[in-house]
Amino acid sequence: MIDKNIDQLKRLKLRKNAEMRLKVYGILSISLALIMLSTLMISIGLSGYSALQQAYVKLEINVDSKKVLDEKGGFSNQKALLVNWDGIVSNSFITNFPEITKRSEKRSLRALMSSNAGYELRQYFQKNPDDLDENITIWLSASDDFDQYMKGRFNTSVDEKDRRLSNQQLKWIDFLAMEKISKLKFNTSFFVNADSREPESAGILGAVVGSTLTLTITILFALPLAVMASVYLEYFAKPGRLTDFIEVNINNLAAIPSIVFGLLGLSVFLGFFGLPRSAPLVGGLCLGLMTIPTIIIASRASIRAVPPSIKDAALALGASRMQAALHHVLPLAAPGILTGTIIGMAQALGETAPLLMIGMVAFIIETPDSFTSAATAMPVQIFMWSDSAERAFYERSSLAILFLVGFLIIMNSLAVFLRRKFEKKW
Amino acid sequence: MSFSTLLLLIFAFSLCSFFFSSSSAFKKIKSATSRPSALPKHYGQYSLAWTLFPAFLLLIVFTIIGPIYVDNFFKQQIALTEASYDKAKIELVLAMIKNISNGSISSDEPKILKLAEEYSNYLSKIYLFRTLSVLLLSSILGIIISSNINILKNSRVKVETFYRILFFVSAVIAIFTTVGIIASLLYESLRFFALYPFFDFLFGLHWAPNIAIRSDQVAAQGSFGMLPVLIGTILVALIAMIVALPIGLFSAIYLAEFASKRVRDIIKPTLEVLAGIPTVVYGYFAALTAAPFIRKIGMTLGLDVSSESALAAGAVMGIMIIPFISSLSDDIINSVPQSLRDGSLGLGATKAETTIKVVLPAAFPGLVGAFLLAVSRAIGETMIVVMAAGLSANLTINPLETVTTVTVQIVSLLTGDTEFDDIKTLSAFGLGLALFAFTLILNVIALVVSRRLSEQYD
Repeated sequence: MIDKNIDQLKRLKLRKNAEMRLKVYGILSISLALIMLSTLMISIGLSGYSALQQAYVKLEINVDSKKVLDEKGGFSNQKALLVNWDGIVSNSFITNFPEITKRSEKRSLRALMSSNAGYELRQYFQKNPDDLDENITIWLSASDDFDQYMKGRFNTSVDEKDRRLSNQQLKWIDFLAMEKISKLKFNTSFFVNADSREPESAGILGAVVGSTLTLTITILFALPLAVMASVYLEYFAKPGRLTDFIEVNINNLAAIPSIVFGLLGLSVFLGFFGLPRSAPLVGGLCLGLMTIPTIIIASRASIRAVPPSIKDAALALGASRMQAALHHVLPLAAPGILTGTIIGMAQALGETAPLLMIGMVAFIIETPDSFTSAATAMPVQIFMWSDSAERAFYERSSLAILFLVGFLIIMNSLAVFLRRKFEKKW
Repeated sequence: MSFSTLLLLIFAFSLCSFFFSSSSAFKKIKSATSRPSALPKHYGQYSLAWTLFPAFLLLIVFTIIGPIYVDNFFKQQIALTEASYDKAKIELVLAMIKNISNGSISSDEPKILKLAEEYSNYLSKIYLFRTLSVLLLSSILGIIISSNINILKNSRVKVETFYRILFFVSAVIAIFTTVGIIASLLYESLRFFALYPFFDFLFGLHWAPNIAIRSDQVAAQGSFGMLPVLIGTILVALIAMIVALPIGLFSAIYLAEFASKRVRDIIKPTLEVLAGIPTVVYGYFAALTAAPFIRKIGMTLGLDVSSESALAAGAVMGIMIIPFISSLSDDIINSVPQSLRDGSLGLGATKAETTIKVVLPAAFPGLVGAFLLAVSRAIGETMIVVMAAGLSANLTINPLETVTTVTVQIVSLLTGDTEFDDIKTLSAFGLGLALFAFTLILNVIALVVSRRLSEQYD
């Protein structure tokens, strides 16, 4: 037993305290990071979940079939264009308030219905022409302010003049809600529509399809090139200046800001090759160039992780180098390559800046149907909605974020799962 | 025929030639007396390559060159018929002709209508020519190669050489991309510097790219001094690093040195989730939650905080960078050899002393590299600042005021319809070049630092 004098014990205590402090700093920073992550997700979740519902108004409507059917009894688009659908909607809506006669009051009453309600009605009859001439009950979208008020997101403490809804309008909405003429129902239009100027009929389908088309191009372009490049670099490249230069370039490309790839796309793909603006084709190529380094780095790592004995055995049995690489090493490296590809695709799916450069930020109301038609993508849609003036777009933006992040988390966990499952210790 | 149909057709052709050649090679090998040089499938692959690739390349070349050629031809036509038109006017007429032949607009000038008709005729002729030549090339090559199979020639070697060339070309694409980036940025920037002096751009103190509508208006030409934009960028990146560096580094130290395996297995993937969130989400958070929150706090403290303050954008960007720093640093700290720790602990140091005095110095070069990479990421980050930072370029280092960054300016100058000879568009490429150079230098320094300073311990 060594004698411990008081000084030593004091110093030991100080040293132990220092260790304690370092640990506490570490735990503090980790919890801070986790708190920030949860604040982020919770605040977005809280503002987004309500967009799953949407205010609809029940209307009783009867439309004369002569107005919209052609001679053969089919739905005539040309005739339907001439019908005042908005008028039908607002007339039916106003019958809920027989006491109102003043024009100005009628106008502010009409403003409670969505300006797309007439269009919805037309679509309904286009699908169900048999319902013409009959009294039907149909739920049509209310305006976005109506919707926000029903969800309790409308700030009523502001002075009436500065509000988008007057006290009278609020009273009407309360009445409709009490009589169960208007209700919050599941927001299907969010999932089946493309973008719109009116929040109540804006949906993410267009952006989802746009993202899918873009990523299809990205993966078709990036994956084969990246795999071939990594096989070349691992198996056929002779050490030398050129190989070094290629490697430096790949590492550097992986660290270049994504917006620069957008500039490249703008000036080369659009300016020089004259490819169409806002097209998933161009977006996919830009994102592909951006993802190639990520996939190459992952593929090379997993090719290198395959022990050389596999290759040597193949060569010893008379396989050529190409056969050894393609038949024996590449299949064993495939899970790693797949993981890298999924991570690269997840990155590309969340990327916004390059798409802004090549014009995929346009307002597009139609769901894109080809690789060269104008389209937008999920993250760009989120960006555009959160830039909009209407409050109702914010919650849609949040809901779109929840979907995007959910999908990305699924993709990333799939990558982690595959890595764990196929990870081999040689 | 459209591009995709043609592509599908030549794919189908090459598949046919593959099956035909391999089956005929199989028959020949069966009846042959001498030993064949390769497997049937190698003969198949050989003819597949010949049927597919030349036609594919021809298709690409036609698709790219065709419209450019037609445009040039019609520019000459317009210049011949209307000698008074200058270059810009010709471009305008050409764009009009194109739109008319698309059917998207109409015109009442018979001359232009006639040109538009000629244009669409000409273009369809070119496309017909493309269809014919691509299909002919593919089918002729396919028939020649697959009907002349000689099993004494070793087609495996040929196929493998072809693969090897293909693989090499894909590897070289990385170089092409870099060259493409540098060339396009330089080309547009040089055009910009022809209109606006280089040193005024680099050292000017005033950034106001708004061009007057009338050319005789005061300040008709915008002012493009990038210093305020640069200062703004650095300010936001600095705030981000102040947030991210300590949190990221301490998390990494804790995870690498103190945490149990179970904690590590939970925390690490969670932090990676933080890294996988798209930047537009952080931007949304910064603009709609963080900025109003910081503004409110500032108001209660009696400070005047701008609603698009550098602080909000920088702080949220810091949150984004935390996982980047922590996972990189974690890897670096883990790669310090265990023998160093054991030695230090064996001499009686506590774990904390070992970490701070032994492990961290050994990991220092790598950490500096990670730090520089993080800075370069903060500088190049776009969406957070586009959504949360402002557009007006203030020359200030006050984090509570609005600043703008290089990426914000690029986005605001280039979104919407852009014309390539507009000075505003070109100035965005000037900024892009500056951004590229800046991040490139940081990346190179990071690489050099971590290579030069690091010691070999084992």
